[in-house]
Amino acid sequence: MTRVAVIAAGYYGFNANTPEFSWKEIMYAAARRAYEEAGINPRRDVDSFITCAEDIYEGFAIFDEFVPDQLGAVLKPTCTICGDFLYGVATAYMQIKSGLADVAVVEAHSKASDIATFGDVLRFGFDPIWIRDIGNGHPYYFAALEMDLYMQTDCITEEQIAKVVVKNKNNAVLNPSAPYGEKVSIEDVLKSPKVFDPMRKIEIAPRSDGCVVFVIANENIAKEITDSPIWIKGVGWWSETNSYDTMSFRAMYATKAAKMAYKLAGIVNPQKEVDFAEVDDRFAFKEIQHIEALGLSRRFETASLLEEGYFDRNGEIPVNVSGGSLGIGNLLECTGGQKALEVVLQLQGNAGRRQLKDVEIGVAQAWRYVPTASGAVVVFGL
Amino acid sequence: MRVEKISGLKFQKKQDVAIVGAGMTTWKRRLNETGRELCFLAIKQALEEAGIGFDEIEMVVMGSAPDTFDGMLMKGEYLLDGSGGSDRPYMRVFVGGGTGVFAPIAGYWHVASGLADVCLVVCEEKMSSCYPHPQSAFKYIWDPILERPLNPNLIWIFALEMRRYMHVHKIKHEDIALVSVKNKANALDHPCAQVAGKITVEDVLNSEPMALPVRRLDVSPPSDGAAALVMVSPYIARRLTDEPIWVTGVGWSLDTTWWTNRDLYFPRYVAEAAKMAYKMAHITDPRKEIDVAEPYDPFDYKELHHMEGLGLAKKGEAPILTREGVTARDGDLPVCPSGGLMGVGNPIAATMGVKACEIYWQLSYRAGKRQVAKEVTTGVCQAWGDLMQVGTVMVMSNKR
Amino acid sequence: MSVGKRDITCPGYAPGTPIKDEDIKLKKVTSVEDHPDIRYSWSAGQAISKFLNGLKEGKIYGVKCNKCKRIMVPPRMFCELCYKPIDEWVELKDTGVVQTFSISYIDPDAKPLPEPIIVAVIAIDGASHNMGIMHLLGEVKPEDVYVGMKVKAVWKDEKEREGAITDIKYWKPI
Repeated sequence: MTRVAVIAAGYYGFNANTPEFSWKEIMYAAARRAYEEAGINPRRDVDSFITCAEDIYEGFAIFDEFVPDQLGAVLKPTCTICGDFLYGVATAYMQIKSGLADVAVVEAHSKASDIATFGDVLRFGFDPIWIRDIGNGHPYYFAALEMDLYMQTDCITEEQIAKVVVKNKNNAVLNPSAPYGEKVSIEDVLKSPKVFDPMRKIEIAPRSDGCVVFVIANENIAKEITDSPIWIKGVGWWSETNSYDTMSFRAMYATKAAKMAYKLAGIVNPQKEVDFAEVDDRFAFKEIQHIEALGLSRRFETASLLEEGYFDRNGEIPVNVSGGSLGIGNLLECTGGQKALEVVLQLQGNAGRRQLKDVEIGVAQAWRYVPTASGAVVVFGL
Repeated sequence: MRVEKISGLKFQKKQDVAIVGAGMTTWKRRLNETGRELCFLAIKQALEEAGIGFDEIEMVVMGSAPDTFDGMLMKGEYLLDGSGGSDRPYMRVFVGGGTGVFAPIAGYWHVASGLADVCLVVCEEKMSSCYPHPQSAFKYIWDPILERPLNPNLIWIFALEMRRYMHVHKIKHEDIALVSVKNKANALDHPCAQVAGKITVEDVLNSEPMALPVRRLDVSPPSDGAAALVMVSPYIARRLTDEPIWVTGVGWSLDTTWWTNRDLYFPRYVAEAAKMAYKMAHITDPRKEIDVAEPYDPFDYKELHHMEGLGLAKKGEAPILTREGVTARDGDLPVCPSGGLMGVGNPIAATMGVKACEIYWQLSYRAGKRQVAKEVTTGVCQAWGDLMQVGTVMVMSNKR
Repeated sequence: MSVGKRDITCPGYAPGTPIKDEDIKLKKVTSVEDHPDIRYSWSAGQAISKFLNGLKEGKIYGVKCNKCKRIMVPPRMFCELCYKPIDEWVELKDTGVVQTFSISYIDPDAKPLPEPIIVAVIAIDGASHNMGIMHLLGEVKPEDVYVGMKVKAVWKDEKEREGAITDIKYWKPI
């Protein structure tokens, strides 16, 4: 069976906002960089294009219309997956494995700065019959409810969650593409006001813009084009349910998606075999849930390991070395793209000052944000 | 305008994928059921026909058109409970109106890649929730800076395209109206039909003008509805039935956003998609080798437009075939025997029910009163979407 | 595998409960209403910003790609067929030819309009073949419009122009 690899990754960003460029122009910039790195002409060499976008985030009824020109996809097979970037990677994987395509391009972007009423957009995602009209609060209260439950059932303290913010924001200072990097201490975090008790303002990732484009190919083409293809060892995606009353509130979607991806990758003991990971931390407490879900530590141990520095940049399993979403910003559906990008850059040796040494297997994970319980995981390796 | 030579889908190894069951709900302007309930009803029917239980489904693909109709962000997430996506890998695909045939294509690669043996494909649409009128949601498909300030209506693009098509090939509205007459009559035999009826060409030409040359009886209505398909790998198909229907070719293509820079008389995106699907299915002469076709017909002229794009008729000849009765149910090349969107209804993505599901029912001789007169081996279904942009084509056969 | 006519009929039942609009208004069925307030402000980007500024001055700008030699309007920062950045900006005339047109009797919410409006795709003179924009036609009777008609833009007063596509009020025949 043919293997599938990432042969190039291009990105534009990440910035707090981009008033001078439209979404088309940032997509073109990222796609151009990806194609230059791969040395291919999209008009001739690419078989399939996949965009990951949600209409209401973009502001159109059918976003698929506005995609082909800037990717070089005019009159070529192009489609839109309503999901995170990692779902798009899974789709590219399936298309190549089924023989439909040899080279596929996956794209996702965020132009969150174009959204004037983000709270209302999120509220639009709530169940219209049961949840939407309850009170007037900003939809983030939904995540805060989960945080409260999680802190109680797993005995996690405020200081431990603050450590996530400290780790990620400090990591982001070394990342030139991270707009929200900052040297903060636990005291600084604990002084941040509780906007959705127990969630503090600094624990919520602010929005930012950017675009990530991957060029993915089958084994033969990958070996022709580059000496160091980054293999996609496993993909997994899972949805729990949309009902807030039956959700596990323990990121079971991530656990099961990871199980699916590890099975394909042949990973039996993730804590030993995975070298580093990039997980979704758009709310600080989510990082702890996701680390556990990926099997990188056992339940009730994660928070204390985190405090000891196990997941720091120079720890045993570095998590969110790029600064995560807390340092880079909430990139909406491109969040998985930023995670995957970091994993690929680290494995290629292109991560600049944040380069980790001797890494071979990295995992990228993303969640579909409030109020869903769906997510995807992709395992990359050398 | 020269276009660089572009390669279509590579076709390295044929992976067989079979369809073993299909189901759909009734289509009406307004249904009481919620979106989730509609999905459930369609899936129940499809699973009964396939003869498998719900627990055997490994992955789910959902196709649903603009979120604005249901009034939800991430509509796919909201519908996952009703579409069997709970506690499973679940993905939503969306290529505008082309989703009706694109969702089964996505189901194809779920199974063909080897990641799943049983994949459920479900499409749902609930247009009636949108007030003041579902058409209002189409305000947001236009370019926000160059087109929306002119207050465009969805019917404009169809009217502009229809005018161009009629002008280039010198086609009269009477010939186009024959399609509306044929499809609405065909739909009288469909249990789910919303606007079936016996009408005449005069009725069409005298109906209320919407955006000339398009009149009310040239248009398909907005509908609520759902449809489902079960796609499986060959060894599971063998266990379930002696005669599964095989997906032999798939293709999809998206044209440029700048639709005002294109000559609208020919849907070249459909031609590209058809080229890919035919290559995969080893079809060299579609007019002879295709036995039954379901091109997308949200407007009557669109059936003719797409027939030409699919290679079933030479450019400008499709109205002649209709006039001569070739495309009737007892003709040589039956087109839209189900009644299509003109006769049954247009719930955007759920149109899978009269496109892919109909070809499945025709090829397995289960279409009841709608069954075409001739013997059938190969069928093609096609959908269209976005701003005159996307063509999605699937070729099916009852011989492997 | 035999392929022949068989006696199996397709599912003759179609589940679903149709209702009417009055049922909702008269509260015969339960319903929930929501009026979302969702607003966006899209960055026009480099190409369209320059185009809109040109409209404010009463000019229509296009762009040229030196590889395929197309002169394109509406302008864009890259040629989508050659997949490379465009090379120069070109000022185009404000006259054009009607490629296709339609007479619309309904508004975007499907309600009837008091007066029908004429919408057309107009190929701009000076740009390559078929390079059109969508706009309205005015000062002409619906029955007199035809494909191939030459038209000219009618601009708003200079003081009223804001840098939007509506700075051109409509196109009239010449």
